[in-house]
Amino acid sequence: MINIIASHGSELLSGLGQTVLCSVIALFFSLIIGSMFAIFEVLPSKVLHTIGRIYVEVVRNIPLLVVTMFFYIVIPQYVASINGFVAGTIGLTIYTSAFIAETVRAGIQSVSGGQMEAARSNGMTYWQAMRYIVLPQAFKIVIPPLGNQFINLVKNSSVLAFVAGFDLMYVGNDIASTSFDTINSYLVVGVMYLIITMPLSYYMRYLEKRTNRGAA
Amino acid sequence: MSMIEFHNVEKYYGKFHALTDINLTIEKGETVVLIGPSGSGKSTLIRTINGLESINSGQLVVNGFDLASKKTNMNKIRREVGMVFQHFNLYNNKSVLENIMLAPRVVLGRKDDENKKVAMELLDLVGLADKAESMPSMLSGGQKQRIAIARSLAMHPKCILFDEPTSALDPEMIDDVLNVMKKIAKDSSMTMVVVTHEMGFAREVGDRVIFMDEGQILEDDQAKEFFDGQPSNERARQFLSKIIKH
Ligand SMILES: Nc1ncnc2c1ncn2[C@@H]1O[C@H](COP(=O)(O)OP(=O)(O)OP(=O)(O)O)[C@@H](O)[C@H]1O
Ligand SMILES: [Mg+2]
Repeated sequence: MINIIASHGSELLSGLGQTVLCSVIALFFSLIIGSMFAIFEVLPSKVLHTIGRIYVEVVRNIPLLVVTMFFYIVIPQYVASINGFVAGTIGLTIYTSAFIAETVRAGIQSVSGGQMEAARSNGMTYWQAMRYIVLPQAFKIVIPPLGNQFINLVKNSSVLAFVAGFDLMYVGNDIASTSFDTINSYLVVGVMYLIITMPLSYYMRYLEKRTNRGAA
Repeated sequence: MSMIEFHNVEKYYGKFHALTDINLTIEKGETVVLIGPSGSGKSTLIRTINGLESINSGQLVVNGFDLASKKTNMNKIRREVGMVFQHFNLYNNKSVLENIMLAPRVVLGRKDDENKKVAMELLDLVGLADKAESMPSMLSGGQKQRIAIARSLAMHPKCILFDEPTSALDPEMIDDVLNVMKKIAKDSSMTMVVVTHEMGFAREVGDRVIFMDEGQILEDDQAKEFFDGQPSNERARQFLSKIIKH
């Protein structure tokens, strides 16, 4: 392992950088897109509800690799030339957003309907009730499952390796095939993923504890 | 103008006929007690008054607003018609004080000084000034319900709807809540519609008693007649004798 790190350190670091960058970008946009579809699904409007449902059901039931390949092949052909990193990040964003939509929707719906009714009876509009009462409570409920989604997202970003995204996994494949030290190459890559995900995992646990105490 | 007027109101849940030909007028300042067996439509009726349930036909006018009309802004009605629920529904993410101050601030734009002053006065009225900073989860049921009443009052409503406000409470807390409600009822300008089987309350401050069964109003009497005479409807008589025995 030491050998691999010593001889390929800079490539590994750049791969790690790409993985982190892709994860952060995908996280940001999938949170926005996912929350939007989650809200569609809980709105009283039938049309928006249906759109939200279809989006979630379609996207989350297709393998990530297929979603990503779709963007890697279709967008360059019909829209604009993009590289593997961008295509992979888009694929990952879309894929993750469906899971985030599910998580956030479940969070919103687990807030008792009585909270919304009380807020409406108190004269608030639907959006005021959402903003001041329902969403803050849903947010607390959703933090732990969202944390899991983030960790999955980091791991799933290895899909970039298939579309030449120059991420950690891609670099790992590359080193394995050139150095012929396959086991150690992937061991190093595994440890580097852990370096990203373990702190996330612990941070989520900490947040969870803190909000549980705060909610008392 | 009356506070609440139902004319030939019908309400269905799918095929189920929940309200049948409701005709009812409630005047400003009246305290009306609504009784009837489980499933008779009391909650449905009271929830149509602030638009939590829609009606299918007929006319319903509340505080001058026509609820059957799509143009009516429900939020405006609800500003002046408060509601108190069986399960309190305090905002779990807000302190007691914030529960009371939130709607006046975001709906009416009441300034903080004034808002807090009103809230503290109401906490005094319900006897819970020392709980201002507590979170709802730290309160007993009876305390929660008194806060919920204060929250309604903070909007300075013309009318408050109560749907079984004491039926989720331990017996020793019921009187605390009823006493607050009696205080409000004695304010002659407040209209109250109360679903309850607390006949002591009905007798003491009720102006009228309405008996419902199977989605219909079967009896609508002055409280005095209802208790001193006898309800003319047979089912109402039976029901009354049952709840008074308990
Ligand atoms: N959302 C709904 N969908 C379908 N049926 C409903 C709905 N709400 C109420 N009902 C039905 O309408 C009837 C009247 O219900 P409602 O809650 O108004 O009765 P209630 O008199 O308040 O009874 P309780 O004393 O048990 O509270 C019941 O048969 C009930 O099952
Ligand atoms: Mg009921």
